[in-house]
Amino acid sequence: MIETPVLERVLGEALRHGGDFAEVFAEDRVTSSAMLDDGRVEELSSGRDRGAGIRVVVGETTGFAHTADLSETGLIRAAEAASAVAQGGGGTTSVAVGGLHEDGAAREPGSGSGPASKSDSLALLRRADEAGRSAGGAISQVQAGYGGSKRQVLIANSEGLLARDEQVRTRFSVSCVAEGDTGLQTGFESAARTVGFELFDEVSVEELAELAARRALSKLSARPAPSGEVPLVLAGGSGGILFHEACGHGLEADHIVKDASVYVGQVGQQVASPSVTLVDDGTVGSEWGTFGFDDEGRPAQRNVLIENGILTEYLWDYLRARKEGRRSSGNGRRQSYQHLPMVRMTNTFLLPGEEDADEIVAQTPHGVYVAKLGGGQVNTTTGDFVFGTTEAYLIEDGRITEPLRDANLIGNGPEILRRIDAVGTDFAMTPGTCGKDGQSVPVGCGQATLRITGVTIGGTSE
Amino acid sequence: MSTTVQSPATSGIGHDGDPDELLEIADRVAGWARSGEDVEVYVSRGEETEVRAYDGEVESLTSATSAGIGVRVVVDHKLGFAWAGSLDPSVLGETLDEARDNATFATPDDHVQLAVADGVPAVAVDLWDDGLASVPTARKVELVLELERQTRAADPRIRQVSSADYGDGSVEVALVSTKGIRASNRRTSGFVSVSVIAGEGTASQTGGGFSAGRGFEGLEPERATADAVERAVRLLGATKGPSGRSTVVFDRRVATTLLSVISSALSGEAVAKGRSFFAGRLGEQVADSVLTIVDDPTDPRAYGAAAYDAEGLACRRNVLVENGVLRRFLYDTVSASRAGAVSTGSAVRGGFSGTPGPGCRALTLAVGPEGYDQDGVLAAVGDGLFVQSITGVHSGVNPISGDFSVGAEGLLIRDGKLAEPVREITVASTLQRILQSVVAIGADVEWLPGIAAGQTVAVGDMQISGV
Repeated sequence: MIETPVLERVLGEALRHGGDFAEVFAEDRVTSSAMLDDGRVEELSSGRDRGAGIRVVVGETTGFAHTADLSETGLIRAAEAASAVAQGGGGTTSVAVGGLHEDGAAREPGSGSGPASKSDSLALLRRADEAGRSAGGAISQVQAGYGGSKRQVLIANSEGLLARDEQVRTRFSVSCVAEGDTGLQTGFESAARTVGFELFDEVSVEELAELAARRALSKLSARPAPSGEVPLVLAGGSGGILFHEACGHGLEADHIVKDASVYVGQVGQQVASPSVTLVDDGTVGSEWGTFGFDDEGRPAQRNVLIENGILTEYLWDYLRARKEGRRSSGNGRRQSYQHLPMVRMTNTFLLPGEEDADEIVAQTPHGVYVAKLGGGQVNTTTGDFVFGTTEAYLIEDGRITEPLRDANLIGNGPEILRRIDAVGTDFAMTPGTCGKDGQSVPVGCGQATLRITGVTIGGTSE
Repeated sequence: MSTTVQSPATSGIGHDGDPDELLEIADRVAGWARSGEDVEVYVSRGEETEVRAYDGEVESLTSATSAGIGVRVVVDHKLGFAWAGSLDPSVLGETLDEARDNATFATPDDHVQLAVADGVPAVAVDLWDDGLASVPTARKVELVLELERQTRAADPRIRQVSSADYGDGSVEVALVSTKGIRASNRRTSGFVSVSVIAGEGTASQTGGGFSAGRGFEGLEPERATADAVERAVRLLGATKGPSGRSTVVFDRRVATTLLSVISSALSGEAVAKGRSFFAGRLGEQVADSVLTIVDDPTDPRAYGAAAYDAEGLACRRNVLVENGVLRRFLYDTVSASRAGAVSTGSAVRGGFSGTPGPGCRALTLAVGPEGYDQDGVLAAVGDGLFVQSITGVHSGVNPISGDFSVGAEGLLIRDGKLAEPVREITVASTLQRILQSVVAIGADVEWLPGIAAGQTVAVGDMQISGV
């Protein structure tokens, strides 16, 4: 993307007015998407975005500029803008720039095939549409979407680091609407991996469509969710968003260093029930949150955050780690070259336990069973978080019975983590998009079936 | 909080700037159209500055420019789209070619077409602050450092100012099509925002405040501080509130979110595709008769004000719900054709990388004769729950089914006044029932960033889930 001598000159320019650290992050992203809606292929879209973000760190201050102009002139101009923060600042001017070296790829870059051909992706959309519509006469609308992207990144910094990564991602989703006497209901399912078109060797678009349709159909006869505190069983692979919100965000070092997390000062403490071992791992197979290098050029790695209920580690990016005199944990990520990196999760999951999933339900006299979760949100300072159901049922006498309409659940992270009293063996991961401070990145979430002894559900039934 | 500095929408007509260069680029690309195809070219260019302060120092300073092109090609009633984050001459032709190629794969649809001028004159709205470009970065830095200092000193219970931000931006857009559309627009924006952590004993609570406008001058950092501090401090000591049925008063900032969600069910496209609980209900009483909902982008006070919509038609005032009766859906050209209607000038798009669709820009609720401020609404309600902020809107509010369940924090209302703080509760109903149960609307209209004004709103008979 950019020749090494050019990178060295740009880094030199970035530090001309002083500074402790400079970095060039260049990105070239090609995306293609196709949408079938209302029985028609409505839109094929192709996008191309490339540019570079340059940051200069002087003491506690970061200067940042980005440009779509990857010529040396364009990069030098951005470097000048980013270095403006250093003018008159007290940064060191003795950083020697040069001798950029690459440690080699942490994994095979990218994956075999790129995005699907246009006609292949349309064939998949049509198959999903047909499968969704044949799932039941009450299915009144189907929308299917395909998205593929190839993201090449190059990172060089004044510490001599030079890293490249290629991330190929593919996503397919289906939304269905069912119409009945009770009005409209919706169902959604998606598959997303860090691979190319071979995603569809493993994923059946018909199954995705049937699942989405079944969710919409079952909610037509659903009763309003209860309100108040209930025992909750979360199905394996129902979302894993629970851990993402209940503690994942609160373990991000940017919140920790600003004293804006309930988990500050808790390393070594029991923060969850002993059945909880939580891992964040950017190296797992082809999961949605997987990559070779993070967006600061650190190799992805496996980080154990909670081990048997004891908090062992936070998540770190370069800047927060440097402040504490330690190494980044490979969690510096950014949405694009137009954004500063910050501490982000990758694939965050609870290690499976030893109990049989069916037994967990059977041993729950009454409560709510959640087969699929939607999104969630957390206030890391207070620990209060919500997460929403998109497929849920009542548990009565240890059996899954009537379907429930969608509702949010609300809890406090540290309290909920202590209330997990059973973890099953049926582990599965699900993809998601994590938003933080205006930036979105792909993440994975995973868990086995588990039970929480009590959580507040926000339905309309008294 | 939605404090974006780069507005995605097209905007007020540029009367004395230099949008000519963008128009020339758009003209050039549209001029490459072949016979039998229609081409629409959207080009935009923007600049932005952001300053974040923490602990008495500048944490980050960002300055950036961006530009891009989005091209729609319609041939034989088939649509193709492509975009690029660059206006480099080599990119323009590639983007058109890619859009052209994409069109060959789409399903033919008689309703697919580009906008044609409809004779409705545009209302000029001035959205450009000439002074912004000449404000030196040093003044922006000083403003945000002062904001951080003032906020830290505002109350002894403020433990932390987790972030203090200043941001501004300018966007220029040109839109040209082979159907005779030729429009250029531009807008500037600026904001300050601050987030705090208040503490007492072991309890911590958070609050945020902001001030937004068209530029640097006129921003009110002291208001951002006061809002953030009040919101965090009054929640100290909050406990999980009681369960039960209650009247709920939504703060202005929450009401703007609710109105925005409801507006997606008023999209003519959602209605045509059976994705709105309003489908088939035109002319019916869908809300309490106190409710009149208007979208008026020609009101220059609205953050989302614009002279032209995202297809180059004049923006206009649309009354959507009148005294509780559903009067109109919002249309762009394609959704209007599908419904046998005409465009309401309501096309919006997410910048150069998005295609247009119908949407709101400047929603307000008609104010009741009582002219209540927030205290007036509280007094009228007597007993209930005041909701200061909500969470989980994306996971718990469904504009298709109408199911509504959100996390909330706020204060109980007793004898018409704010009482004890509560947290970790949910508020639930359905959007349909919420519309029928509006009991009071405040006259305290505040134009907030986003597509809807903020006004205090009281809704009866909601289910609270707590202890």
